[in-house]
Amino acid sequence: MPDSTPAAPHTGDTPLLQTIGLTKRYGSFLANEAIDIDIWPQQIHALLGENGAGKSTLVKTIYGLIQPSEGEMRWQGEKMVLSGPSEARGRGIGMVFQHFSLFDNLTVAENVALGLDGRESFKDMSARLEEVSRLYGLPLDPKREVWQLSVGERQRIEIVRALMQNPKFLILDEPTAVLTPQEADQLFTVLDRLKAEGRAILYISHKLEEVKRLCDTATILRGGRKVSTCNPKAETAASLARMMVGGEIKQVKAAANRQTTVPRLVVNDLNLEPDDPHGVRLQHISFELRGGEILGIAGVAGNGQDELFAALSGERPAQDPGTIVIDGQAAGHLSITQRRKLGAAFVPEERLGHGTAPRMRLSENALLTGHAASGMVQHGFVNTAATLKTVDRATEAFDVRKAKRDPEAASLSGGNLQKFIVGREILRSPGVLVVSQPTWGVDAGAAAVIRQALLDLAASGAAVLVTSQDLDELAEITDRIAVMFHGHLSAPMLTGEASREKLGLLMGGSTLDQKDVAHAVGA
Amino acid sequence: MGLIEAIILAVLAASTPLLLAATGELVTERSGVLNLGVEGMMIVGAACGFGGAWLSGSIIIGALCGIAAGVLMSLIFALMTLGLAVNQVATGLALTILGIGLSGLIGARFVGEKISPAPRLAIPGLTDIPMIGRILFGEDAFVYLSLALVIGVWFFLYKTRPGLILRAAGDNHASAHALGYPVLRIRLYAVMFGGACAGLAGAYLPLAYTPFFIPGMTAGRGWIALALVVFASWLPGRLVIGAYLFGAVTILQLHAQGWGVGVPSQLMSALPYLATVIVLVLISRARTGGSTAPAALGTVFVPDR
Repeated sequence: MPDSTPAAPHTGDTPLLQTIGLTKRYGSFLANEAIDIDIWPQQIHALLGENGAGKSTLVKTIYGLIQPSEGEMRWQGEKMVLSGPSEARGRGIGMVFQHFSLFDNLTVAENVALGLDGRESFKDMSARLEEVSRLYGLPLDPKREVWQLSVGERQRIEIVRALMQNPKFLILDEPTAVLTPQEADQLFTVLDRLKAEGRAILYISHKLEEVKRLCDTATILRGGRKVSTCNPKAETAASLARMMVGGEIKQVKAAANRQTTVPRLVVNDLNLEPDDPHGVRLQHISFELRGGEILGIAGVAGNGQDELFAALSGERPAQDPGTIVIDGQAAGHLSITQRRKLGAAFVPEERLGHGTAPRMRLSENALLTGHAASGMVQHGFVNTAATLKTVDRATEAFDVRKAKRDPEAASLSGGNLQKFIVGREILRSPGVLVVSQPTWGVDAGAAAVIRQALLDLAASGAAVLVTSQDLDELAEITDRIAVMFHGHLSAPMLTGEASREKLGLLMGGSTLDQKDVAHAVGA
Repeated sequence: MGLIEAIILAVLAASTPLLLAATGELVTERSGVLNLGVEGMMIVGAACGFGGAWLSGSIIIGALCGIAAGVLMSLIFALMTLGLAVNQVATGLALTILGIGLSGLIGARFVGEKISPAPRLAIPGLTDIPMIGRILFGEDAFVYLSLALVIGVWFFLYKTRPGLILRAAGDNHASAHALGYPVLRIRLYAVMFGGACAGLAGAYLPLAYTPFFIPGMTAGRGWIALALVVFASWLPGRLVIGAYLFGAVTILQLHAQGWGVGVPSQLMSALPYLATVIVLVLISRARTGGSTAPAALGTVFVPDR
């Protein structure tokens, strides 16, 4: 297959790591087919592809977690067979996992110790941990338990753990998916520094602008095969996306003349104590969301977004009914089912375990949120035909790809399950939709479908509240943006006036001058 | 010997098998495996322990037989749950039923036989100190062993690297696997340790507590040990408190019945269980943030390769 643009020049004549015809077969399914990649020192190499393109399988093979069915790997020119990750680590290969490989109930230091080979004492290791984290500007408190930490801090643990092995080659699987712009910038500084130190980096990301900015070479996978190796700096985001998808990606389009109507979701001075001592207390949260409008809530994870979602959905009812008003009805004290009956719908952040019951079928998961108001229950009996019909409608409207008509939720890929969950709620034609991280870890194609659906729902007169850490996403679909910090919500500002810098400052806890926000309040 | 001294001695004796079995189960559960077959492993340990001691005339050989029997039982469990990825709850329940039947078969020829029980420590001078002498320096070896075991387990879990890896496997087996740790092998060792402890706890009953074997002599102690692990929120130190509390209520209610307290004896007999339930409820109510249970407890792990 021809390369579209020549890759960046590299130093030396032997790649640090070379895969030759690497193939991984699961039964008759080819997860990776004859993949050749050359990794050079002092380069950041991007690995691009949609969900299911085979990126994870490839990096797991390189990290020794999966044995290839065919083909070989060469490390500094010599054939390399890995029996497991510890051997890979021994050679100098480090990995930062997408779904962090951390242990919630263990401390930071213990988590780091588990990623090392235990040749130094715990005390020496802790000292080195503090040194490495200071050296790279990745502050960590070794004694805290992981469950208390934010997503950004958790990722820091993973990165520091990998760096402590002093790797020659570092693999990062979607490291910026959950970071604020500032956190991401910090990460890029660290990566540039690692590159300057002569290390090689393999970088998996869905964010193409980021890849263009950071990476020297890009390998693009599609359907388990390598389709191209190119220089991302010489490509456009659109041309990279085309190679990933093998066709054009639909542009998300807002309806031209969207009208905002009456307030459909009003929050008045909502205060809520957290139910665990490490949660965030919601303080004086007030906003008004009209029909036809999409309000975005930005903020670093762990600043009260989860608590706000729980308060809005009724998972944690408020004391005072008047604090939350849905379509003119005081709803603060109502349960989640009663709120659904008022026409509200909710899509939580976590797809498996919160949005769906993983081991239940899609039809049963449709029933779980649809039982209140969708005719799925008649005289106390489940109308199986109606639940299956919901699955079929969501499948068709949102292009949910699955192996059977009604599989278990856990068997779907992240993007397809998210399309199903969003579809399940939108098909109920809600008047108010509260959705948290709608496209987290979802590939570009699925993300476009979901964002378009949110825009269409707003265009039909519904009020939509979107919580997201992806500022590009918020900029693309929202009308106004507010920022959550330490349980406080900033005054919403018009999306057109919300620069990344301004949002970044608010996300970091600074307050803007009154004049910056004053004219946006009445919007 | 005063009454209080006698009561304390009886409490220690009644608590020791609970502490032994619960310590083993704690390690098993910390690795992420829920073995509900403690009662079954204990009762087989009791039968084999008594058989070994009666045939050989040695308490030590008896204890070793009990341990071996517990390990063999736990290997059946490991084969099913780790090797074949069968549901742990169902397998554990089946193991208990199997153990009760098997112990009846093994122990049939020993019923009615008698051995001389494990000797108690006697250090001239120390053991003769009034009140505390007998309590501190006059127990059988198992009592000291059980306390040493708890300290050893605490040290292992919190101060050694293998202990850290074991806790990691119980917290998140997918992460442990991703880092290259052999989750199933770690769990196999943990299950075997649990079996050894349960076997020894069972053997304690006919070797030290009552010097003869009767079928069903564990009388639900395996289940109490399981509850104690939860009661202790998987912390070895609290296990000691829990075991001795349960033992104390068991013995005190017997004495209370003897004194003729005007409460139906059935209610008195239920007291230890009631106390355990109440404390369990209180502890789980007071729990805040972070899960105290090993997060992967009871889940089946099949590594993909």
